[in-house]
Formats: sequence, C-alpha cells, structure tokens
Amino acid sequence: MIRVEDIHKSFGSVHAVRGVSFEAPDGKITGLLGPNGAGKSTTLRVLYTVLKPDRGRAEIDGVDVVADGLAARGRIGALPHGAGLYPQLTARENIVYYARLCGLERDGIEERVERIVDLLEIGDFADRRSKGFSQGQRTKVALARSLVHDPQNVILDEPSNGLDVMATRSLRDLILKLRDSGRCVLFSSHVMQEVAALCDDIVIIANGKVAIDDTAEGIRKRTGCDDLEDAFVHAIARVESG
Amino acid sequence: MRTLATVFVKEVVDNFRDRRALMSALIFGPLFGPIFFAFIINLSIERSLSNAEQTLDLAVIGAERAPNLVAFLASRNIDVVDGPADRQAALEAAKTGEHNVVLIVPERFAEQLAGATPARLEVVSDQANTEADGEARRVRNAIQEYSRQLAGLRLTARGISPLLLRPINVDDVDVSTSSGRAGILLGMMSYFFIFSLLMGGMYLAIDSTAGERERGSLEPLLSLPVTRDQLMLGKIAATCMFMALSLSLSLVTFFFALKFMPFEELGMTPNFSPSVVLSAFLVLSPMILLGAAVMTLVASFTKSYKEAQTWLSVVLLAPTMPILIVSILTLRPRFEFMFVPSLSQHLLLVDMIKNEPLVPVHVAVSVLSTLAVGAILTVICARLYRREGLLG
Repeated sequence: MIRVEDIHKSFGSVHAVRGVSFEAPDGKITGLLGPNGAGKSTTLRVLYTVLKPDRGRAEIDGVDVVADGLAARGRIGALPHGAGLYPQLTARENIVYYARLCGLERDGIEERVERIVDLLEIGDFADRRSKGFSQGQRTKVALARSLVHDPQNVILDEPSNGLDVMATRSLRDLILKLRDSGRCVLFSSHVMQEVAALCDDIVIIANGKVAIDDTAEGIRKRTGCDDLEDAFVHAIARVESG
Repeated sequence: MRTLATVFVKEVVDNFRDRRALMSALIFGPLFGPIFFAFIINLSIERSLSNAEQTLDLAVIGAERAPNLVAFLASRNIDVVDGPADRQAALEAAKTGEHNVVLIVPERFAEQLAGATPARLEVVSDQANTEADGEARRVRNAIQEYSRQLAGLRLTARGISPLLLRPINVDDVDVSTSSGRAGILLGMMSYFFIFSLLMGGMYLAIDSTAGERERGSLEPLLSLPVTRDQLMLGKIAATCMFMALSLSLSLVTFFFALKFMPFEELGMTPNFSPSVVLSAFLVLSPMILLGAAVMTLVASFTKSYKEAQTWLSVVLLAPTMPILIVSILTLRPRFEFMFVPSLSQHLLLVDMIKNEPLVPVHVAVSVLSTLAVGAILTVICARLYRREGLLG
C-alpha cells in the first residue's frame, strides 16, 4: 500500500511536481498516466527514495520514505526507467547480486532465484552474460532482480518502453499475477491503451499535478467522454489551462 | 558488513571478466613498466660498457706521417684504417656518418714535431651524435696521453724531471656504495610502482561510478534496502584490492627484471632482495587507499565513462610532480617531505634501494599521513554518494 500526500519537488527553477496526492492500495494495479515531463518519474523516484520531496510526505505500508528510507526500500521492488544490467554478469548473477543485497538468507537465495527465473520465463538465457541481451530480455531480468526479495509493493517506471508485442504481453501477465497475489502495483506509462487495459485505478498527471484520480469507468463519466483517450486529453487540457 | 562484502565480491568478479579492464590493470601497468624499464637500462648500460672495451677503427688521413702515434693508438685499442682522400672528404664523411671520427695528420706534422713546435692534428667528428662524440673523446684522450708522454721524454732528454709538469696530483675518494650508485639509476622506479598501482584500480573506479550511472544500473541499485555508504565502501574496497594486486605484480616483475640487468659490471648492487620487495609493498601500500579514494572521487564527478577516463589520466600523472621536482633538485629525505603522499614513498623507496637505514619516524609519518588523506577522501566519497545529484 502506497500513500502519497501533497508532494512537491523542484530542480533548480523547474517545479517538476507540485502537490501530487494519491493512494495505491494492495491487490490493485494503479497506473500513473501522463505526457512526457508531467512529473511521473519524479514522483516514483521519491517513492523509491532516490529523491527527497521538498514538501509533503509519502508512505510505503505506513513507513515514511524520508524518515526511514531503508525500511521503506525494503518493502519496495522498483524498476526505474531504463534500468541497466551488469554486462559482465549473467542474468542469474545479476539477480543473485540483488538477492544478496536485499539480505535474503544464503540458503534461500537459490530457490528464490529459481522461482523468479521461472515466473519471468528467463530460463533460456539465464546463464548467458547480459552483454548482448535484447531490450525485452534486459527488462525481464531487471524486473526479476527487483522482485527477487518478494516485495509487497512494486513500482515500475515505464516498464513497457521499447518492448515488442510478445514481451509487452508477458509483462502484462506478470503484472496481473502480482495483483492477484495481493501485491500493490504502481506503474507509470504514457501509453493510454496500456493503462486502460490493465489498471484498476488511473491517476492522470499533467504539469506536476493530479488531473484526475479514478477508475477507467469513473474517468469516462466525469469527463463526459466515451473514449478514454479523449478523456485523457480533456483532463490534461483542464489542468494546463488552470 | 555483509552488504559491503557482497558489493566487493561482485565488483571484483565483474572487473575480472572485463578483458579490457583486466589488461590495463594487470598487464599494462605492472608488466610493461618494469620490462620496458629493464630493456632501456640494459641497452644503455651495454652500450657504455662495450664502447670502452671494443676496438675502435679510426680513419686517418696521412697515417704514414706519424708511425709512432699510430703505434701508440694501437696500444690503446684504436686501430688505424685508411681515411678519406682529403680534408674535404673527411668533413663530408663525418657529416654523413660514413666515419664517426676522422683523424687528419697534416703534411707538416713530422716537421713540427721534430722542430719541437706544437704539432697540429685535427679530429673531425659530429658532436651532435653521441656515439661519434664518445669515440672522438676516446681518440682525443689517447692523443693527449701520447702528447704528455712526448713532453715527458723531451724534458728527460734535457735533464729535467718530468714531475715538474705535474705540480698537483688529484686523487678521487668515492664514498658511494655500490647500492647507492644503483639508487640513482633506479630512483624513478618508484613512479612506475605508483603508476601501476593506480592503473590497477582505474577501470574499476570508473566502472563503479560513472560507468554504473551511464549504464542505468545505479538507480535500481540505490533503490535497494541498503545504505549508500556500504555500497560506496564496497566499491572502494574492490578498487583497493585491484590496486594491491597490481602493485604486488609490478614489484615481483621488477624483482625478476633486475636479474637481467648487468649492474655488477657498472659497480652497482641494487638492494632489491625479496625482503626489500616486501618492505617496499608495505611502504607503498598506504597509497592504495589514497589512490582508490581519489580515483573514485574524481570519477564520481564525471558524467560519462569517457569523461572519467580523461580526468583519471590526469590523476595518473599527478604523483610524478613531487617526484620530478625532488629528483631535479636532488633533495635528500627530510621530515616535512614525509607528509606528502607519493613523494614520501619515493624517498623511502630510494633509500631502501640504496641500502640506507630508514628513519622510523619518517616511515611512520609517511604511512600515517598518506592513510589519513586516504581516509578523509573515502569519507568525502561516501558523503558524495548520499547526494541526490549523484544520478546526474
């Protein structure tokens, strides 16, 4: 369960996030939707504690991300945008490295890694060095290593970027599996259809503010648009004009 | 502690698999340095030795006018061969390098000699050519000697003691030991050691900071439930490991390379026994922490792998500065020098090679001050890693 309350973040004179609040409950998929530069990544970076908010607070399972970053990170599996692997290590070694850093017991690591390798279907290339991996393979391994400690909350920043149809599909299946096992899944995207197809709740962000926070159905109703894409454009226009 | 160890192991494995990094860490620095050095020294020693012993073939114009001189030269290992046709040809031959030295005996030589007026000889050589210059000096010395001999004979013939010509006799008393003389030649070796030490950790320092950021692997790493201090310390520890490895390799290579250098023939005995190798490692080892911290710190500020490489090559040269200044001024070890990293290690190392006793206070100050600077820089690195701006 992730709760964000009125967070602000500036970089120099750029006010990237200006008062974002929302909740991402367990057992649901929450989508952060918005155009490029809307403040999605900055919001997520605050959640996985790489950035500190200038104002406001954020909690992971009730743990404050600023006051107790270490504990908060322990409850998160994060896949930052464009996450890279270690090219000289095999896929499996990349995953094991994270498992050890997350403090998993030595005996349990092998079994845990085996399970995540199966879950993400990376067995075929698990023992190859990740130097020559395709974008899809890289994303899968990066996702596997951030899930290896079985976190309750999963934060994915534009996970489907650069993936082909098949890879996008298996990613979607994984996200659904995570939800069905009671996890809190929060992911960002600028692709309307993807969010519409997958998310239980949609938070539309524009210009560093929340434009709308509702279910897909609710958004259609509130904006009076049948088509979700029209609703998206409508909501963003409203924020940007006022 | 466990996190630190995990990071350490991963970075070491990672670096061992990166062929380019490994080559530069364990081959270029430690092996090429000493071998190259040994080769150059060998060449120059062999040349200076052989020149003095070998028979010199000297081209002479008009040798028939000075048979006694020719005989004297032969006794000094200088054989006379036929020279060019005339003086003009001799100048040309010296210029083109056909002959290194040409001795011209003018027609009036015998006449002048008989008349006891200074007899003129010409030694033609290209003094810009070190080899020709050396040979010309040998010829000149031999002629001087012959000249002194003649003068002595002339005085004796007139009933005067030839000792009158030598009012002062100078005796050189050399107090240098054979190890001390070797120190001059091997002094610059300390830079090779520091260089290969730094080379050993350079790629790892870049890879674990700028490289990790460029690859996009830094952000996910920072989102794990570990503290950034531990990540940083693990990375610095791995860099230290490679630097230590590279330093010991270069010391061992140098130990063997010395065996192939003909120092005895120069009257030098470099003091570089296995126990000196070990002490040299201990004296140089504080540079490991300092080097790892400096390289990591500099690489942390850069935006990309390429930029880091550029800046770190400057770091590679930095330790030469104090060594160079001290070598030019030929300063002896002093207490205050021991506070300067790289300089203090250089001075201690030179003393070791010269087989002079080390001053314990000097060693202590050198070790402690270098370690202190290294520790301070390590703390700064860790602090830097806590900043948000790290992600670039």
